[in-house]
Amino acid sequence: MSKFKVVHYINQFFAGIGGEEKADIRPELRDGVVGPGMALNAAFAGEAEVVATIICGDSYFNENLEEAKAEILEMIKKHNPDMFVAGPAFNAGRYGTACGTICKIVQETLNIPVLTAMYIENPGADMYKKDLYIVETANSAADMRKAVPAMGKMALKLLKNEAIGTPAEDGYIERGIRRNLFVDKIGAERAVEMMVAKLSGNAFVTEYPMPVFDNVVPGKAIKDLSKAKIALVTSGGVVPKGNPDRIEASSASKYGRYDITGVADLTAATYETAHGGYDPTYCNNDSDRVLPVDVLRDMEKEGKIGELYKYFYTTTGNGTSVKNSKQFADTFAQELVADKVDAVILTST
Amino acid sequence: MVKAIEATGIPVVHICTVVPISLTVGANRIVPAIAIPYPLGNPALKEDEEKRLRRSIVEKALEALQTEVTEQTVFDRK
Repeated sequence: MSKFKVVHYINQFFAGIGGEEKADIRPELRDGVVGPGMALNAAFAGEAEVVATIICGDSYFNENLEEAKAEILEMIKKHNPDMFVAGPAFNAGRYGTACGTICKIVQETLNIPVLTAMYIENPGADMYKKDLYIVETANSAADMRKAVPAMGKMALKLLKNEAIGTPAEDGYIERGIRRNLFVDKIGAERAVEMMVAKLSGNAFVTEYPMPVFDNVVPGKAIKDLSKAKIALVTSGGVVPKGNPDRIEASSASKYGRYDITGVADLTAATYETAHGGYDPTYCNNDSDRVLPVDVLRDMEKEGKIGELYKYFYTTTGNGTSVKNSKQFADTFAQELVADKVDAVILTST
Repeated sequence: MVKAIEATGIPVVHICTVVPISLTVGANRIVPAIAIPYPLGNPALKEDEEKRLRRSIVEKALEALQTEVTEQTVFDRK
């Protein structure tokens, strides 16, 4: 059987052309292997072969995205390969983004398997891990000796259409895909085993890893509360009666902004919750229990706080992804900044 | 949302029932609430008592906002 044909993509640095000063070079097609391609060929162990290498400057690629994508795609097509491999990019952000971008477009247009490799915190990983197999590497080229053989192994699996194992088994970055499988022990037994392992200080592997959260620096305290503009935000799903924007009961894809000018009290006749993750009875009867508009209005009248901001922002927090929530708040936080809001009270159920 | 707002520099106090989640998510000023379906209320109380309870939580939250913190801090009532 003839060898599988592979086209390989690398940047100017790994091609030995130069560093940042050469990052603006245009795509170039060379026959055979260049740089890390040599090790990749070795990892293919005669089953596949790098027939051509495309080299492109990282800055050129990212600054001339559409043009670069089109040029590179043409170069790949010329060789009619069985597979496309890019990188490894380690922790080089622009390189990683380029590898991911070009892999995705090749996968979509040429319908051949693609593979790249990078460090988990490379921005390219976050951008493309859902679309692509990305072999996980360490954060610097010192890892080349381990990264390339891992890529070679994974590439052959993809070329031969072999079953791909879990991220841990095959060394790629988690894609967020869940697959059902049968195991011998029921969930309760597995949970107790994990618990016992945890209590006795032994290693165990969770079956449901939690997303990683990163912290932010606390905002400065308010100096003069009697002059402060306070805004209310909630993940408890408080909305005007009838849920005019149809915010989903769970896994929300949007948030609502509602004007509470002149509203002194949230009543059963005017407000309710759209949240599907808790018993709505209490909130529907009196939404102040989730969003304390009444108390803040009193305090505004008494001069304890400067002012209650004229809008409140709301979404349903259950099942809503960290990504969506962050995107919601990134958007409306700009309005809060523009309107000089001094502090936010965020309530969650 | 807490973090994305606070990333702009505006201080945020998180009034929430499940404090461990708030700690995991990364809120810096946290005020524990009453219960999941009524974080700022208690339907078992009379209306005026309930409102006083709500006010005490809001006052605690405002106190938290007037307190400089350098790390995640839980502001318990009483």
